[in-house]
Amino acid sequence: MAETHSLQDLRQQAAVAAKVFIQRDYTNGTLCQFQTKFPSELETRIDKQQFEETVRTLNNLYAEAEKLGSQSYIEGCLACLTAYTIFLCMETHYEKVLKKIAKYIQEQNDKVYAPRGLLLTDPIERGLRVIEITIFEDRSLTQ
Amino acid sequence: MHLGESTRECEYSQISTRSSTPMETPYKKKTQKKRKWETFPGRNKFYCDGRIMMAKQTGVFYLTLVLILVTCGLFFTFDCWFLAEQLTPIIPVIGGVLFLFVIGTLLRTSFSDPGVLPRATPDEAADLERQIDVANGSTGYRPPPRTKEVVINGQTVKLKYCFTCKIFRPPRASHCSLCDNCVERFDHHCPWVGNCVGKRNYRFFYMFILSLSFLTVFIFAFVITHIILNSQRIGFLSALKDSPASVLEVVVCFFSVWSIVGLSGFHTYLISSNQTTNEDIKGSWSSKRSKDNYNPYSYGNIFTNCCAALCGPLPPSLIDRRGFIQSDAPQLAPPTNGIPMYGSTQSQQSHMCDQDQCIQSTKFVLQVATTPLLQQQSSEPVILTPENGASIPGRTSLALGGPCTSLPMGQPTPPASTPSLSCHEATDLLPVHGHPHNHSHPLQEQVAHHHFLTPEEVPSPPGMLHCGSPLGHSHTMQGSFYNPASQDSLHEDSVRGLVKLSSV
Repeated sequence: MAETHSLQDLRQQAAVAAKVFIQRDYTNGTLCQFQTKFPSELETRIDKQQFEETVRTLNNLYAEAEKLGSQSYIEGCLACLTAYTIFLCMETHYEKVLKKIAKYIQEQNDKVYAPRGLLLTDPIERGLRVIEITIFEDRSLTQ
Repeated sequence: MHLGESTRECEYSQISTRSSTPMETPYKKKTQKKRKWETFPGRNKFYCDGRIMMAKQTGVFYLTLVLILVTCGLFFTFDCWFLAEQLTPIIPVIGGVLFLFVIGTLLRTSFSDPGVLPRATPDEAADLERQIDVANGSTGYRPPPRTKEVVINGQTVKLKYCFTCKIFRPPRASHCSLCDNCVERFDHHCPWVGNCVGKRNYRFFYMFILSLSFLTVFIFAFVITHIILNSQRIGFLSALKDSPASVLEVVVCFFSVWSIVGLSGFHTYLISSNQTTNEDIKGSWSSKRSKDNYNPYSYGNIFTNCCAALCGPLPPSLIDRRGFIQSDAPQLAPPTNGIPMYGSTQSQQSHMCDQDQCIQSTKFVLQVATTPLLQQQSSEPVILTPENGASIPGRTSLALGGPCTSLPMGQPTPPASTPSLSCHEATDLLPVHGHPHNHSHPLQEQVAHHHFLTPEEVPSPPGMLHCGSPLGHSHTMQGSFYNPASQDSLHEDSVRGLVKLSSV
């Protein structure tokens, strides 16, 4: 929590310079995957490897959420048998993974992106359409 | 005396506090926690504080409910006693279980979010516009239709740009003109369930029609059995007179059986080949189109396709109906390449310090910090309530709200006002039902010829007026006007206030 508040202090000194949007990658169908192409606006801010690592981890997490395995089948059948009332008590596998993703993004923001004047927005807040990266002006670094 | 002075002081202090905040307190109370469903841009109806989501026209859904309830009610009241006595009491039990399953799945289909895609934020829309302009080279009066090609598992699929939602639709998504939303894995809009059928509620829909076909066949069979057994004792006509309800049940079931069993069979075929009704009607993956045409989404075998559709993971709703509206960051773009800036969409203040909300509050702080920047820039347009998706920054034309009568051509939208009561996509190929096809494509062709505008067609020749759709969705067009405001932020705020008032 202390880290995020210092993040806030940083932000108060900085202004939004631009926003970059990482679009979805549909080459594997309708699965939620994002393009790993490194946007040119981030060239000065972060290295390619780090960025690609983040996006690849996110892609893996989303793939895990949508995976068709025995666990999802059991969950589906159980839900059908209980007339889907079981979801009143427990959360779906997808929701569990989404929480994991939110945690991961928070952690990445704190450790990697905030020190470089960047901010990742959780794609779920954008309807899983884009990963929004806000670029802040480097006022704090010049001070 | 002291008391008197103190009371006077108290009075003064009381008066001063009241007079200093006459506007603020009511303002705060009015704009206190609004939930996102209250400002949802689509044409849906919400109940139970956002928990239930349905289409606008729900009359036929109530008809469905009444038909099922009345038929089953009559069955349990009049026929079950006889059957339980003469045959076995298990019959009403099975009937009861089927009935509960039918009602449960019907309500689940009707009340859940079918997989609506939220509309793009102004930043995203601007970014996409920029990319498209760069790609097109800004040639000519109007840019060509916006499509993107993607290769999925070896098949080339065209992604179309939705002018209402300002996104490139994911594959298999389609825009429902009745609900005015893009829906993922759009199957069709079903008036019988009063909702779209899409990715999130397709399995419930399938379970509903499957269990309903079993129920219909069950009731039909046992009512006939009842009449036959009864007529063996007292004669056919007397048996009919004895239980007139049975006659009604037989009639209802007879007509339902053909349609519902047929529909179940059709959807079983769709599930096993992993197609949507939309794709089947258009023949997207039909081998008749070309020899190499195949369905890139199919898993290869029927079993996996069925499991994926019915038992796969249930994706969460993307629209967060019950979340609270928070202030958005100012959507600033660097003005270096002449792109104008535009104000925030919602000026709702959030004072939550939850970890998730920390980012939101930092964005608000940025807004406060950067308003001086806005005033320094050259005159920028102010986009107000862009949720209705009718305006785009950087355009110099005026967009006026309200219904408009200057759209003479036949478009997909007018038939939406007369929803067909048929759910049979296989047999009834009228485009009236649900408009699963992409509506923007024919519109684009027409606009190219006539230079007319629709709410979906945002880029316009300068000087032309944007109009609301011919159905006159005045409520959706309220507030979506475009006002090239001066640099005065006060003026901006007052205009925003006016917009809020007008949209209430």
